[in-house]
Amino acid sequence: MQEIIQYLFSGITTGAIYAVIAVGLSMLYSSTELINFAHGEFVMVGAMAMVTFWVHLAWPLPLAILAAMALGCTLGLLFERFAIRTAKASNPIVLVIITVGASIFLRGTGMLAWGKDPFSVPSFSSHESIEILGAALLPQSIWIVLGAIGLAGGIHFFLKKTLTGKAMVACAVNQKAAWLSGIPSERMAVLAFAISTGCGAIAGIFIAPITMSSYDMGTILGLKGFCAAMIGGLGSLWGAFAGGILLGVLESLGAGLISSGLKDAIAFILLLLILYIRPGGLFAAKEAKRF
Amino acid sequence: MTNQDLRQAQSQQPILDVQGLTKLFGGVKAQDNISFSIEPGIVCGLIGPNGAGKTTLFNMITGIYAPDNGQVIFNGRNTRKMAVHQLVKAGIARTFQHVELFGSMTLLENVLVGMHVRTRCGFWGAVTRFPWVNREEKAAVEKAESLLEFTGLIDDAHKPAGDLPVGRQKTAEIARALASDPLLLLLDEPAAGLNAVETENLGQLIRAVKDRGVTMMLVEHDMSLAMGISDKVIVLDQGRKLAQGTPREIQNDEAVMAAYLGG
Amino acid sequence: MSDKLSARSRARIENSIFLAAVILLGLVTENTYYLQIMTFIGINTLLALGLNMLMGYAGQVSLGHAAFYGIGAYATAILSGTYALSPWLALICAVGGAVLVAFIVGLPTLRLSGYYLGMGTLGFGMIVNILFREWSSVTGGASGFVGIPVLEAGPMVFMSGKSYFFLVWAVVLAAILICRRILRSRMGRALRAIHDGENAALAVGVNTHYLKLKVFMFAAALGAVAGFLYAHFVLFISPESFGFMVSVKMVTMVVIGGMASIWGALLGAGLLTLLPEVLHGFAEYEMIVFGLVLMLVMIFMPQGLTRGFLDIYHASRKKRQ
Repeated sequence: MQEIIQYLFSGITTGAIYAVIAVGLSMLYSSTELINFAHGEFVMVGAMAMVTFWVHLAWPLPLAILAAMALGCTLGLLFERFAIRTAKASNPIVLVIITVGASIFLRGTGMLAWGKDPFSVPSFSSHESIEILGAALLPQSIWIVLGAIGLAGGIHFFLKKTLTGKAMVACAVNQKAAWLSGIPSERMAVLAFAISTGCGAIAGIFIAPITMSSYDMGTILGLKGFCAAMIGGLGSLWGAFAGGILLGVLESLGAGLISSGLKDAIAFILLLLILYIRPGGLFAAKEAKRF
Repeated sequence: MTNQDLRQAQSQQPILDVQGLTKLFGGVKAQDNISFSIEPGIVCGLIGPNGAGKTTLFNMITGIYAPDNGQVIFNGRNTRKMAVHQLVKAGIARTFQHVELFGSMTLLENVLVGMHVRTRCGFWGAVTRFPWVNREEKAAVEKAESLLEFTGLIDDAHKPAGDLPVGRQKTAEIARALASDPLLLLLDEPAAGLNAVETENLGQLIRAVKDRGVTMMLVEHDMSLAMGISDKVIVLDQGRKLAQGTPREIQNDEAVMAAYLGG
Repeated sequence: MSDKLSARSRARIENSIFLAAVILLGLVTENTYYLQIMTFIGINTLLALGLNMLMGYAGQVSLGHAAFYGIGAYATAILSGTYALSPWLALICAVGGAVLVAFIVGLPTLRLSGYYLGMGTLGFGMIVNILFREWSSVTGGASGFVGIPVLEAGPMVFMSGKSYFFLVWAVVLAAILICRRILRSRMGRALRAIHDGENAALAVGVNTHYLKLKVFMFAAALGAVAGFLYAHFVLFISPESFGFMVSVKMVTMVVIGGMASIWGALLGAGLLTLLPEVLHGFAEYEMIVFGLVLMLVMIFMPQGLTRGFLDIYHASRKKRQ
């Protein structure tokens, strides 16, 4: 029992990080129909930026977090401006390969900037863990889960309550109609990019204290984020969030109770099951396009 | 076709028997309990204002949409469980409202693809090229060329289909559809985008196809073509069958006049 | 008829030039390193050819194709290494196994389309790769599989740079001929029809799902053959040679070379094998340059290099006139 609670705690923690990654991917997909294979690299950038700003330069924590987020958003904007918008292609395969190229490029840059060695980042607050029903709960986990909920809530509020957010939803539903009604759809795509890569960086900021960070950490995290987004239903905010938590919990339980070697496979087995049984995702209202 | 022929045709088993077809799109009835039958060898015009459900009906007959209710009996077989390619093999062919030729392939190749269900060379046949494969290929090319000859497109046989003017592309779609040896050919607005001369030629082509014994249904907005060529006309309006009869009967039908003129 | 004949004779000429070039390169090159690189190009060409049929013609993206490459390599490694089966029998098993797996996976997966298909194949590729890594009692796990025998056929031993070079390129030539035969046949026409318009192909009676499945199985078979050749060439395999990035690299070869073009597959495979070798000189800048090149080509030549260069050539000729 105690063990299971422990697995649940760690599962929800990693799940919250997957959720943040998935939310970013899902947002970008719903407003631009693009799947960004470089998304995981922005997680890496976020984590490594924390290493630099907080550990090496010893900036105050809030400032370091803001700077890491800003770096993620800025890189996302540059990527959108110089790679995606310049691309002449409309073929999604070509766009996907551009993002793959960007992913390799960012990883290479990360290696050049931070080297090949992994770094660790201290927890945001004291190291004392709280004991609940015999299981240890790290304060960092609370930070992560609260942060993830806050982020998703913030995006929800932005999309539902602000004019810009509503315009963005309109673009996602029907770009042409949105453009005809005077919404600058191109600017909305830029904004979606910035929010999406910002989410990636935030996931990196969250994950830095609970794992070792290195230049090549992004790829697998990005792929797990896809799985989470697909499980929840691509394009749905809370679907992606729930998909992330579910994935984290199942992974943790599977690794703990069955075999740790299985841990990475769980995400992909879930992905295939979802695609075969319910391609729209668990929480999607409408059936996905299968053509 | 004289009246006697028509009566004779009606005494035969219908080639297509549509029974109570209903199709809903998000609660809207695109097709509401439509029934009719088509006798072999006739040309049946399907007319009605935009949004009457003509293309939807075609899509159900060809198996692209599954009806929510009702059934289609083709040549004595219920088509409910048949896939699109099985229906083509059974003898239903179609053309599209907007030309959908394979643009990068030559006309000859387009017609050869139309023969897909009548030929059988697969992966191993292609790799080994046994004598039967070469024989089949040769026969297919000959048949395709004779179809292009029949439709008057033989001069363009080796040009990419996408490079041809619309009128020829429309004809080419008919040639491609004929390649599958259909019993029933569905033409979706074959005259759309054609000029008067081309429409005239199209009418002649449809008559020639009819002489080959192919039953046809055509959706058409060009009334003089539809009325001039059809043995039987069915009028759809807002997903319902409004009327059916000979072209003359339809022209004098009050309900039809009301639908067309009175909105 | 004359157009068609000339297309056919052009294909013959192209094949002859290709054959002559391969033989010449094989005879002239003495440097083992160059021979090795060219052998790798051949193996990658096989991968790209299969994937090109799937992506370029059937219009289906696979982001997990390295799985079949790995299945081919591990099947022969295990059967001929652990169980001392003849490698040639192992080849049959490897190809058969890959085709069977492709059938089972493709049956539901190919009903998906677009990104969903990409994600499905990606998931499959990852699972297979994790299997290679975690099933260590059979595959040797993350540290790899040692003890793959050298290929022999009668008195011939395929070990030195030259003999293996010719073996691989003979297989490539055979694969090219098979692809061409398929493309010219009823099956190939149907494939090109799917490429031009899937709905129209369906409506004229092409069983598109079945055809995509067949091409998927064919691509899997070529992948397995490539894996077989790879395993008996390097004699040591490890899971990372068949990971996600390898799948991506395969897709990139097809797209960079130019989709729906056999010579494009060859060009793409050549470039993507050579580029990392050239970039070794850049040391730690290697990844940056590689990523940059990939992005730039796709941004400015989305049709691939074959088409891109042809466009530039035509444009410059027009200018001169």
